[in-house]
Amino acid sequence: MKAVALALVAAAAAAAAAEIAPENRRSGYEFAAPETRAMQDDDSANPGILGVLQGSALWAAKTGTGDRSCADCHGDAPSSMKGVAARYPAFDPALGRPVDLEQRINRCRTEHQGAAPLAWESADLLALTAFVAYQSRGLPIAGSKNAELRPFLDQGSELFHRREGQLNLSCSQCHDDNWGKRLSGAVIPQGHPTGYPVYRLEWQSLGSLQRRLRNCMIGVRAEPFEYGAPEAVALELYLMGRASGMPLETPAVRP
Amino acid sequence: MARVLINLPARAKRGEVIEIKTLIAHPMETGYRVGPIGTAIPRDIINRFVCTYNGAEVFRAELFPAIAANPFIAFFTVATESGEIAFSWTDDHGETQTEVRQITVE
Repeated sequence: MKAVALALVAAAAAAAAAEIAPENRRSGYEFAAPETRAMQDDDSANPGILGVLQGSALWAAKTGTGDRSCADCHGDAPSSMKGVAARYPAFDPALGRPVDLEQRINRCRTEHQGAAPLAWESADLLALTAFVAYQSRGLPIAGSKNAELRPFLDQGSELFHRREGQLNLSCSQCHDDNWGKRLSGAVIPQGHPTGYPVYRLEWQSLGSLQRRLRNCMIGVRAEPFEYGAPEAVALELYLMGRASGMPLETPAVRP
Repeated sequence: MARVLINLPARAKRGEVIEIKTLIAHPMETGYRVGPIGTAIPRDIINRFVCTYNGAEVFRAELFPAIAANPFIAFFTVATESGEIAFSWTDDHGETQTEVRQITVE
């Protein structure tokens, strides 16, 4: 009898934290105001495009002791970078763990260009990331099938479902269980990272997914991950897998 | 040089009302904020925007600290003749950035 009751409780808990069915998944775009959506849709009004333009210049600029530009190795970005952002974070065999797009760009800088890594959330790193991700705009997010990523996906999933902070909330409690409802004035979106780096009106600038995750963690009064922390990348990896198949919108505009 | 996006039709009919949209990268620092150690961040905004059509001013705007970063300014004018439409933004340092676009009126 006790075992049955426990099983029922477990089943109820599992139902409450159910994943969003694929047909019910919505991008943050659909929760944004019509004016914000119009801003994203019009390339002459989307301020994220300014970052893409800056990234395009950086792509062609020679830098570091290697005196090489991104274009010297990777050539024409619209063809060589097409679809790349849709499959990041990706497994890095040398490091033995996944890296996100920002980390990949910085590894390219230090290993192949002989340049100093760009600081997290610096305008240049956001611009280059936005430029690379822009080449995948409209393509479906392709959650990586690499078997070596499995433990990191599990770690990301565990972090997503784990309560934390003084408010003792998990990501899942808002973004799986209560999306579409309001948290004070703002609608709770489903938390799909479809448009990063994203131009957030609150920030008045482009920002990375890691910055957004830190925002949420500070919101529940947890200690946020450091930029580039393996846990943050694992969470990014899980979120991209969770949004698998949804089109990339970079640079998205959000409130 | 700040990055600029300007959207206007390359061709228009004489007398047609055309929409011009401009976006410029600028922090628009209000002067009311303080940095991490409590010192005031000095004001740095674009305070003036002027658009001239073949030398004649067709639109002017004064900007103030409440305007968001990367100001987007859209306005309408009448396509009168082929020529140059020039856009200039002036900031608090007195520096002016000017961009010129061509329009063909037929």
